[in-house]
Amino acid sequence: MALKKNKQFRWQRKHLLGLRELNAEEITYILDTAKGFEQISTRAVKKAPPLRGKLVVNLFFEDSTRTRNSFTLAASRLSADIIEFTKKTSSVSKGETLLDTAKNLEAMGIDIVVIRHTAGGVPKFLSRSINACVVNAGDGFCEHPTQGLLDVYTIRKIKGTLEGLKIAIVGDIAHSRVARSDMWAMTKLGAEVIFVGPPTLIPAQVNRLPVSVSYSLDEVIEKVDVINMLRIQFERLGGNPFPSIREYSHYFGLTVERMKKAKPDILVMHPGPINRGLEMESEVADGANSVILQQVTNGVAVRMAVLFLVNQAAAQSH
Amino acid sequence: MNSELLIKNGRVIDPANGIDKKCDVLIVDEKIAGLGKIEKSAQKVIDATDRIVAPGLIDIHVHFREPGDEEEETIASGSAAAVAAGFTSVVCMPNTNPPIENETDVEYIHRKGRQTRKTHVYTMGAITKKREGVELAEMGLMTEAGAVGFTDDGNGVQHPAVMLRALKYASMFDVVIAQHCQDDGFAGNGVMNAGFHSTVLGLPGMDALAEEAMLWRDIQLVRKLRHAKIRYHAQHISTARSVELIRAARKDALPVTCEVTPHHLLFTEECCADYDTNYKVNPPLRTANDVEALKQAIADGLVDALVTDHAPHLKSEKELEFLAAPFGIASLECALGLYVKALIKPGIMDWPMLIKLMTVKPAKIIGVDKGTLGVGKQADVTIIDPNAEYKIDVNKFRSKSRNCPYHGWTVTGRVEKTIVGGEIRFERNGKSK
Repeated sequence: MALKKNKQFRWQRKHLLGLRELNAEEITYILDTAKGFEQISTRAVKKAPPLRGKLVVNLFFEDSTRTRNSFTLAASRLSADIIEFTKKTSSVSKGETLLDTAKNLEAMGIDIVVIRHTAGGVPKFLSRSINACVVNAGDGFCEHPTQGLLDVYTIRKIKGTLEGLKIAIVGDIAHSRVARSDMWAMTKLGAEVIFVGPPTLIPAQVNRLPVSVSYSLDEVIEKVDVINMLRIQFERLGGNPFPSIREYSHYFGLTVERMKKAKPDILVMHPGPINRGLEMESEVADGANSVILQQVTNGVAVRMAVLFLVNQAAAQSH
Repeated sequence: MNSELLIKNGRVIDPANGIDKKCDVLIVDEKIAGLGKIEKSAQKVIDATDRIVAPGLIDIHVHFREPGDEEEETIASGSAAAVAAGFTSVVCMPNTNPPIENETDVEYIHRKGRQTRKTHVYTMGAITKKREGVELAEMGLMTEAGAVGFTDDGNGVQHPAVMLRALKYASMFDVVIAQHCQDDGFAGNGVMNAGFHSTVLGLPGMDALAEEAMLWRDIQLVRKLRHAKIRYHAQHISTARSVELIRAARKDALPVTCEVTPHHLLFTEECCADYDTNYKVNPPLRTANDVEALKQAIADGLVDALVTDHAPHLKSEKELEFLAAPFGIASLECALGLYVKALIKPGIMDWPMLIKLMTVKPAKIIGVDKGTLGVGKQADVTIIDPNAEYKIDVNKFRSKSRNCPYHGWTVTGRVEKTIVGGEIRFERNGKSK
């Protein structure tokens, strides 16, 4: 439907750096493209040829299993060749710089770089420095655009549209790239987003973002159509933003008890990996409202769409 | 034999003596010998028609990186940049590697400066050993060796009792204690101003409170010690609230001075939006409201010195991720044009006021008898073409570093000649338009 409506639309970005810079039309176009790719994964032969002869590098400077595997799978389903490059860094000033690493990879003739890094802005920085397409797989606490896309894809698939939905994003908003990418995608597609968490985990000048803020999950849970529970990123927290895990769970954990107040058709989401018992009780994570595993499945289709589109844009610009 | 140098027909601006008139300046040997209509001829005559003849400019906040980081800058390269920009005196910050924390270190800086024979090179010493904020450094002996003040610049002195002790102890020597106001508890691991932009860029923010809390604390210490012979100087202030704190301190006649950099007048935090590390600086670029407050502070006479905080860094360091790249902007060589753009063009001040904040006022902060064209004073003179327009080109910098976000800007006001101790140390080749 949307595809027909946007017949004239042409995807033109050779990089996917973040969802903040995309408009609703572009986001919708990616989702529609992903829809077309979804069935490839259910075929007997799970492969299509659009990236045949293309070289994709997974350049990961931060731990990741899910996202990296999802990109690897997406690239291989599109018949690309894949190089895995994983490098944990604490201080980048020691050893080879990021720029040198990227230039070396470029010298090998890569077409698409999928990058994850601990520092915000690295994909943008990279896109200025090399000719290959750059796809952001998570940069610091700036953005995680493919996660944002797969979240809205999952919601749209079940609810039909995001228009008019109320969505709560709960947890460590301050250090969450998922919260940011979700916020941009969801609000652009017409949903209302509520950030929920203790004030110490709400970022500076949140009043200038297109969201509302609540410190009470109990108040919010009754009202929302979707609830996205963020993982507490112990490695990114500075100081002690809350006194104890126990107290955090008391106020912000998604428990069976709290779920009783929710709408019966609420969607429960989580970007994974779950700290079971901390932000979410196991019964909820595995319960009827949970779409957590569907998110993972949809992630592959969305990433296929992204790789396909940036490659196409790069080809057109030549 | 005496050497004579006569500068004719310039607009002589000497704020220290309230002079702004068209006249001549005679230099004999290394001293100013006369000022006014001078009929006699001299061995060398400079025609300064349509030029401003000012006391040599003074920058009391530069980083020349020597010893330790000579690949970024040396006292030789930094001094060459300084004279080309009209600075006849500079004050190096002690956050070198190792830091300047004893009289031998101070003498080393002076020796390198003398050998270079470009600009007068002064240095501040560290307040505390290794700039760790724990034990006082040998401020007395460093003062004897010629240190013109003390700071742990790059760091603020975190512990209030240590800062109180430093101010108290320094009162023995009539020397300025300068502070890089930054409470690390509030600053955290921030790399830009905390606010909307740090939130959407996903970068750790440095709250304005980090600067303001320490400035507030220090002013309380100064108030407590107000009857002792102390002088406190707040370095590179950057927020509207800091301005208000300075304003209140002045009202109470406390011995508190402050300085402002060009980048805090010309840029806001929004400049970080593309993760260009040339805008990564500490204190960070703030909001438009802060910029306006700083300009108002300058207009109100609350700011005592314009400084560059010239902070050279290697290209390879600035090519790192925003999070990992070092703080700093190298702006010494284009400073004058930047101040003209930020302050004179919008009508915030005129040339005499600008020169005052670049000569006699900073000289006073560091307690040196400079920044004036008074007869008998050392002949440090800068000749400026106030109407020359030029394009800033980092590739022509004499500085070793290129981390300068002003590259490609067109600015007005250019230094033509720099005279240090009666000797022409810099002359611009060719005619400027």
